This record gives sequence, C-alpha cells and structure tokens, in this order.
Amino acid sequence: MSEYTGVRGTVWFRAFTGRASPMLGDPNSVLTADAPLGKDHARFLCVVPDPHARFPCARHGEVGLEEAFTLATRIREVIEQDKNTIKRPIVAIVDVKSQAYGRREETAAIFLAAAAAADAYGSARLAGHPIIALVVGHALSGAFLTHGYQANRILAFDDDGVMIHAMHKEAAARVTRRSVDELGKFAKEIAPMSYDIRDYAKLGLLYKLLHVENPEEPSQQEIRSVQAELVGAIADARTSPVDLRNRLESKEAREMRKASILVRTKLEAQWLEN
Amino acid sequence: MSNNGHGASFINRQSFIELDARERATALFDPGTSRELLGPFDRMESPWLPMQGITPQADDGCVVMKGKIAGQAAVVVALEGAFQGGSMGEVSGEKMTAALDLACADNEKGMPTSAVILLETGGVRLQEANLGLAAIAELMASILALRKHAPVICLMAGTVGCFGGMSLAAGLASYIVMTREARLGMNGPEVIEQENGVEEFDSSDRALIWAIHGGEQRYVTGLADELVDDDTPQIADAIRHFVSKGVPALHRSSRAALYRNRIEKLDTSGQWDPKEFRACWATNGSNEEKR
Repeated sequence: MSEYTGVRGTVWFRAFTGRASPMLGDPNSVLTADAPLGKDHARFLCVVPDPHARFPCARHGEVGLEEAFTLATRIREVIEQDKNTIKRPIVAIVDVKSQAYGRREETAAIFLAAAAAADAYGSARLAGHPIIALVVGHALSGAFLTHGYQANRILAFDDDGVMIHAMHKEAAARVTRRSVDELGKFAKEIAPMSYDIRDYAKLGLLYKLLHVENPEEPSQQEIRSVQAELVGAIADARTSPVDLRNRLESKEAREMRKASILVRTKLEAQWLEN
Repeated sequence: MSNNGHGASFINRQSFIELDARERATALFDPGTSRELLGPFDRMESPWLPMQGITPQADDGCVVMKGKIAGQAAVVVALEGAFQGGSMGEVSGEKMTAALDLACADNEKGMPTSAVILLETGGVRLQEANLGLAAIAELMASILALRKHAPVICLMAGTVGCFGGMSLAAGLASYIVMTREARLGMNGPEVIEQENGVEEFDSSDRALIWAIHGGEQRYVTGLADELVDDDTPQIADAIRHFVSKGVPALHRSSRAALYRNRIEKLDTSGQWDPKEFRACWATNGSNEEKR
C-alpha cells in the first residue's frame, strides 16, 4: 500500500503553472495560480502539507479549516470574476491524506468549512465552469469531498501511489471490526471496498486513467500529454450537462451500479403516480 | 420562532427521537398527505452487504416520502439510525439523491417542492466504501442544485448524530434544525482520539462531546437555525416554518469570506473552552445575538 508523501501535488502544480506558491494572504498549504491550458487560462488549486500550519492537526497534508475556506474563497473569486465572460476551467490537483482530525476543528465547525469548499466547486460547476479533478496521489474521505469530488470530470494516474477511498485501511478495519488482513481479502473481492485505483475505475466514476511512469518526476513529454488530457476533459465537460449524471451513465457504472440505476428508474415511476 | 426549548412542558411531550424513521417522516407531513416511495415491499436492498455475510434491510435504512408540508409539495428522506448506524450505502444514497433530483425537476417544471432530510448517520457505510463516498458527493451536488429553487432542510434529532461525509451534506442545507440531544460534526470523538490521541479528544468525556457537537452549541454559534425540544408537534412546526420561509438569500456554506475571516482571528495556540468559544466566534450573524 502506498505511503502518503505530499510531494506529488507540488510537483504537478509546478508542472502546470511554473510555480508553487500560495496567493497573497493565503496559508502556505493552499497553492492557487492561473496558467494557460490549451486555449484557456485555467485556475489550478492544490492542497499541500505545511509543517508550520497554524492548526496543529493540519500540518501533514490534511484538509483543515484554513485549507477548506481558502479553496472556497479562491473558487468564489473565479465565479465572480467570470460572471459575464467565458467561464474559466478550474483544475483541482488532488493529493490529500485526510481531513484534519482535531478538537479545534470540530469546535470551529470543520463540517461547514468542508461544505463551503464543496459548495464553491459545485456552484462553479453549475455556473458553467468546467471543473476537473486530477488525482495524482491520495484522495481520501472527507478531504476528497472537500477538494475534487464535485468535479464534472475526474482523472487519476494509473499508479500504485494513487488511492481513492472512504477511509484508510487501519481505521476501516477498526470500525468494521475486522483485521487488516480480513479487510484486505474483502477489498480484493468487492470493488467498492478495494484500495486499488484500477478497481476504483471499474465503478464508472472516473473519466480516465492516465499512465505516467513516475508521478513524482514526470518528463516534459508526460506533462504535455497530461495537459492534453485535461484539455480534452474540459472540452467534454463544456458540451455536457453541468450535473454529475455522467458518473452513472458510464459503461462501467451500468455494470457496477445496477442497483443505483434501478433505484432511480423505480423511484421516478412511483414519484409520478398520484 | 419563540419556542426555543421552553414551549411544551416535559410531561406532555411526544418524543420524536423514540419514533423510527418511517414514523418520523410521516409526522412531518400535513396529516393524510404522505405516501412512501420505494418502500420495503419494493425490496431495494444493498447488493454488497450479503456478499460480506451481513443481512440487508428491505429499505436499506432509508425512507422516502412525498406529500405536503404547510400545504406545499415536499419530499422527506429519513435515515434509520438503527440500521447500520444510518450509514450511506449505494442504495440508501441513491434513494436520497434521486428523490432530491425529482424534486428539483418538479421545481423546474413550475411545481415548487421542498426537501427535508432526517439525518441519523455516521457517514459512509464502510462495507460499500467507495460507492458510499461517491453517493455522498452526488447527494451534495443534488442539494446544491435543488436549493436554488426550494429550501433543503436538514433535521438532526436523535443521539446517533450526523457525522463523516454526511456532515458536509448537512453543511449545504438551507436550514438546520437540531435538538439538544443531537450532534453535528465531521469527525466523531472516537475517530479523533484514534487518529491524534486522547490529549486531543477524550472520547469518554460525554460533557465535552455535547459541549462541542451538541445542538445547543451549534445553535448558539449560528451553525444551526433552530433548536427544538424532543417533541413531535414542535419539530413539525419548525419544519413547516422553514418550508414556508423559502430559499434563504444567502446560504451559510456560500459565505466563505465571512467564515474565513473568523477562522483567521482565532488563537490556535491552545484548546478552546466551548463556552468561551461562543464569544470569540459570535461576532456577527450568530444566534447568540438574536436571542
């Protein structure tokens, strides 16, 4: 299983924007920049570890109060600036180990901070901004709900260091009262429980899996090819509905989320009966 | 509203918390107007639980009802905390999301329809892990779409509380209604203790837990819109009030700059006493000043 290092986000943010610094007044843990992407000027956002963060439980790459509210304000800024012009694409580079688990965070309502970031991403999508999430490392639980999961299109690297999951293995084993080994066995057989990105791809939620030899040290050629994929995803998002129905309409989802599709069909039929 | 905690006398209360999800949902509608959709006889069960030796439930712990509240069309979705901790699985999640999408479509067709979500949940059902997480992301997207047209009201009444990813869904609500017994937070005390130690959060300290996550604290700090007793008529009255109130001018979760400034002003060098926190948090927009 992959270890979270927190370096991938910075590497890819720099690859796309040529820099790796926060905007003026922002905490060091949130990188924001506008940079050319195809014919667009896109806004790139990334959460990175800041060992000196003000909140002690958010110093290792967790998404905490400051990170979530900074993301929210930087996205709302784009919605406001592009109100009467072409809607800038927003690219969330995702490599986040978890939400911040702390008492201060709970007291100051981290649930609202996280909701505010998701609100900003979702509102930007509804306003017509193509939102693309590029998962370059970890995308776990509340952190992914906060940063990336409201995207029109989700792309991820086909790499052992990439993990999208509801809870890290040790915690999931504790909560479900299984051993880590036992959980691993279930995880192999049951696609939604798997920690393998290739199994995640079977759920139909991804737009594309991209291959990069070493995501911590991409070549110029690889960076260009990932950029081209982002441009393709943006074009696809622009010609599609602004909701998330594509996640349920994919070929994989029709196989793996049969129950979801049946729920929708039956509920709609009963809704209309009077 | 004037019935904050002192309305009904304790003896005459009709407990809402003691009702199951189906009874709770029914109690919120105008009498005789509600009907259940995708009920237990439709047997929409989790396909993933039996594979893991866990008995599924015929409604997957999620009750969807359509009817009228305060004379207006409304849908109520209630999670059953007694089944798998009210967790979000593929089926329960899709029931909730699809119901909100149908309400949204009705609004777009000119038929105003509100939504009430009854949350008794620890978040993602870990046996369905990634489909549960995806369901929450999609639910959040549907709340955002619906609340442009009609209010989405989240009610937390019982002691299961609302945690994990579902706390983000609650964060997107137009209005939040809580009892003193209910809790709302992203990470439960046990999870925090596991991740960052007992010094960070002592999960056996019941008083501390309710002082931070409890309905009263959330209401006083402006994070919930109404505090109600565990009394069915009072809760139904609060829901009618917010259905009638309509869409708020600005949703709480859209006020990023306001809250970002508040966070910036907090001294993070030590832990906070929840009571003292009320004072440094409540500068504007909180219910402390409204009282």
